[in-house]
Amino acid sequence: MSEVLVLAEHTDGEVKKVTFELLTLARRFGEPAVVWAGSGAEAAKDRLGEFGAATVYVAAGPEFGEYVAGPKAEALAALVAEKSPAAVLVASTPEGKEVAGRLAIKTGSGVITDAVGLDEGLVAEQSIFGGAIVVQSRVKTGTPIIAVRPNSVTPQAEPGAAELVPLEVQVSDAAKGARITESVVAERGERPELTEASIVVSGGRGVGSAEQFALIERLADSLGAAVGASRAATDAGWYPHQFQVGQTGKTVAPQLYLAVGISGAIQHRAGMQTSKTIMVINKDSEAPIFELADFGVVGDLFNVVPQLVEEIGKHRQV
Amino acid sequence: MNIVVCVKQVPDTWAERKLRPGDSTLDRESVDGVINELDEYAIEEGLRLAEAHGGEVTILTMGPQKAAESIRKALSMGCDKAVHLLDDGLAGSDSSQTSYALAQVLGQIGFDLVILGSESTDARTGLLAAMLAERLGVPQMSLASKVEVDGQAIRIERQTDYGYDKVEAGLPAVLSVVEKINEPRYPSFKGIMAAKKKPVQTLSLADAGIDPAMVGLASATTEVVSFAQRPPRQAGTVVKDEGDGGAKAAEYLAAQKFI
Ligand SMILES: Cc1cc2nc3c(=O)[nH]c(=O)nc-3n(C[C@H](O)[C@H](O)[C@H](O)COP(=O)(O)OP(=O)(O)OC[C@H]3O[C@@H](n4cnc5c(N)ncnc54)[C@H](O)[C@@H]3O)c2cc1C
Ligand SMILES: Nc1ncnc2c1ncn2[C@@H]1O[C@H](COP(=O)(O)O)[C@@H](O)[C@H]1O
Repeated sequence: MSEVLVLAEHTDGEVKKVTFELLTLARRFGEPAVVWAGSGAEAAKDRLGEFGAATVYVAAGPEFGEYVAGPKAEALAALVAEKSPAAVLVASTPEGKEVAGRLAIKTGSGVITDAVGLDEGLVAEQSIFGGAIVVQSRVKTGTPIIAVRPNSVTPQAEPGAAELVPLEVQVSDAAKGARITESVVAERGERPELTEASIVVSGGRGVGSAEQFALIERLADSLGAAVGASRAATDAGWYPHQFQVGQTGKTVAPQLYLAVGISGAIQHRAGMQTSKTIMVINKDSEAPIFELADFGVVGDLFNVVPQLVEEIGKHRQV
Repeated sequence: MNIVVCVKQVPDTWAERKLRPGDSTLDRESVDGVINELDEYAIEEGLRLAEAHGGEVTILTMGPQKAAESIRKALSMGCDKAVHLLDDGLAGSDSSQTSYALAQVLGQIGFDLVILGSESTDARTGLLAAMLAERLGVPQMSLASKVEVDGQAIRIERQTDYGYDKVEAGLPAVLSVVEKINEPRYPSFKGIMAAKKKPVQTLSLADAGIDPAMVGLASATTEVVSFAQRPPRQAGTVVKDEGDGGAKAAEYLAAQKFI
């Protein structure tokens, strides 16, 4: 059986949930093999094994964290040449897509981004034009390279050997053009990560100020949710940009998305339309976001949200 | 500095966009074309860098005849000249093929800095910057929210999932910018008049030395198998807050087992 390569996403030794989702998908098309770029593979071995990784190829050099995209693409290209895998799966994050793009050029392969599902024959499902159209597509040339959006499948455990295999990669000078001199990590706090969270509570222009975003945070915390924001809110400086949901922010697909004081512009929808359940709180009954709502409340968020937080608290006690 | 800004014409995001039943390509005829909004930030950054460091800004567009309108608009913002890669053989090209075609032209016209938008609002792949850097063998300075050029050095703040990275490289390079980077200018009346006289060079595949077998729908590396309009979401329940909106929302969450 051919291998399916999965590029692991990890920060500071912590494996991102999307890696387990990719492994769950990979098992359907071949023998799942993780490609681990950078340090920390030994510590992650057991976790990767829990989700069926048969092999973990480790490209441990420091250059994988020191340069933008290029070195990871070279490590993957070397493996593609050696192993002829059935497919390469990466997370459809900005960097994941860049690595996929470079790999596609190196290997003369086709690449599909933003897949939300994978069917027989490696046919990928995508959702385009702000979610209005669902497309099935596939790679015709070379090794299929598919970037899958986080939260598209539920990770399922299945034991695997997760045998560590060191990779010798000579990273070329061309791949070392863009050198990372410093990583600035914004404060994340205790909340779950936006793209991984099963519940996301987002606030928009209706929230009115940075101080009043505390109300959105309280609602999020009562549900164990991540906080998101519309571009109107991040542009106004009420909430940091890395929490923006939408076309030029993050794409989220949680079990539950709460849009509070957000009108539902197409660019916002593009980032949240595939959420399983959508709840809306908005004082304007004509706001387009209500078209997406499974449950909507027409009302002033400053009345509705505090009551909702209180009621959630009561439920938690019983 | 010789700056080239890659500008794509896309269907207006606010219009209804369709795929053509025959070949599953985007129907570009039936809707208004506009400059990809995210490329306006690339144009603005190119103009600012040229203003600060001297040099010229050239627009590079691959697209049908209609894309000439977008080229004029880019010129009216203040760019100096344009190259329009126009050939029916390009229709249906995917991102890999587009990167090949653009790289051929860039190799021919030369550059110190190529600037792109972070993604196109129709294809939304966000692949081009990485692919071009790979093909051209120059540094990939992508997703910049801040740019500084200092002689032959370029430094950016690259937007990441967790904050930003400071990244540096030497020119020539490929740069892509995010929408936080600047506020694109509007064309002035003077700019609009001046744009009419600015040179636009039209290139065919043969002019640009592009192998026709490597572009276009027939040799695309990916294909659409099928597509369908997403079924409209089932109409949900909407209640009006009569002092009990929060409580009703909580009841719904409880019924759905979220709490
Ligand atoms: C190239 C491009 C990229 C973009 N990318 C993104 C993106 O990634 N993400 C994104 O979100 N947007 C994006 N946008 C912007 C988008 O077009 C909208 O402008 C934006 O989403 C609007 O944010 P909003 O819904 O918070 O604000 P508004 O549209 O102003 O809506 C505010 C809503 O709050 C409601 N409201 C006000 N007060 C209250 C109250 N007290 N109680 C209850 N409800 C209240 C109002 O009824 C209204 O519906 C992009 C635009 C462009 C051109
Ligand atoms: N046909 C094209 N002509 C010129 N530039 C393009 C074209 N397609 C894409 N680009 C550039 O590549 C960027 C990213 O596009 P994409 O990878 O398609 O999302 C855009 O913002 C443009 O700067």
